[in-house]
Amino acid sequence: MRVIATGAGFRRGARATLPLTVGLVPFGLVVGVLAQAQGLSALEQALMSALVFAGSSQILALEFWTDPAPIASATLAALAVNVRFALMGPSLAPWIDALKGVRKWATVSAIVDHAWALAIAEMRAGRHDALFYLGSAVTLWSAWLATTILGHALGAVVALPRGHPLFFAAPACFIALLVPIWRGRGDAAPWAIAAAVSLGVGPLLPNPALAVVSGAVAGSLAGALRETAGGAGQR
Amino acid sequence: MSLDPVTLAAILGMALATFACRASGYLVLRRVQPGPFLRAFLGHVPGTLFVAFAAPAVVREGWPGFVGAAATLLVMRATGSTPLALLVGVAAFWLARTLM
Repeated sequence: MRVIATGAGFRRGARATLPLTVGLVPFGLVVGVLAQAQGLSALEQALMSALVFAGSSQILALEFWTDPAPIASATLAALAVNVRFALMGPSLAPWIDALKGVRKWATVSAIVDHAWALAIAEMRAGRHDALFYLGSAVTLWSAWLATTILGHALGAVVALPRGHPLFFAAPACFIALLVPIWRGRGDAAPWAIAAAVSLGVGPLLPNPALAVVSGAVAGSLAGALRETAGGAGQR
Repeated sequence: MSLDPVTLAAILGMALATFACRASGYLVLRRVQPGPFLRAFLGHVPGTLFVAFAAPAVVREGWPGFVGAAATLLVMRATGSTPLALLVGVAAFWLARTLM
């Protein structure tokens, strides 16, 4: 397999991604409004969105934001939500290997769900232009930055009080994402355990992000134990 | 336009943790094949994590929380559109809470 890296590939990646940016808008707005409500300045919000560039981890960290900022729990939230990115790296490796310097590390820093999914589809179609990925990721990153900045500005204008019903949008983002994540009945028990543990240990722990991580670890352990019991793992 | 040093530290902590996740997949996982257990465990992480986050948020709101969650799930299931699911879910939650 020969991997190339051309401007045409970059542009094709950007063009393929443009329609997907519409789907980012609600998440970006939620992140921006939430950041504003939790006391982040416009600059701090923009820095977070530019450097972290991973919406669900930003929502989780911002939900539990405090003043002064919770360094440990925000880092933990990012680690827990974004560990899935590690699974995407190996399949992108042939493209990343074909790049050098800034382009290489920009690609690694921009590993993110939508661009990864598009790149896999591109590989399956037999097209191997490594810059396709950067074209896609740069488009997503720009749209992400723009919508979160817009959300922050909107939040500042509307100035929603804490506990306003619109903040239900933050958990609703995760609830909506559960639908495509559901892989079948085998997920029911791990999810129930995750909910029960998170609810059960929440009041006992000093930090709400820890309860979320405990629930996720307990549920995932239960699921992995059952699937790998007796030898070969299913699925 | 302020930049608080503690907030900056938290943002950098998140950025470093996220970069570590991204880079470790490329640098480590391609060489060291994770076993079936770790693979199964990581496969469960997104779902269980989202449930563990959403469950307390829904329960804390009482039954309007359940109404909002159910509306979000149903619309997402029926249409596959995240913006629409969010809109209807938040509206249902708001309505249920107003009616309380």
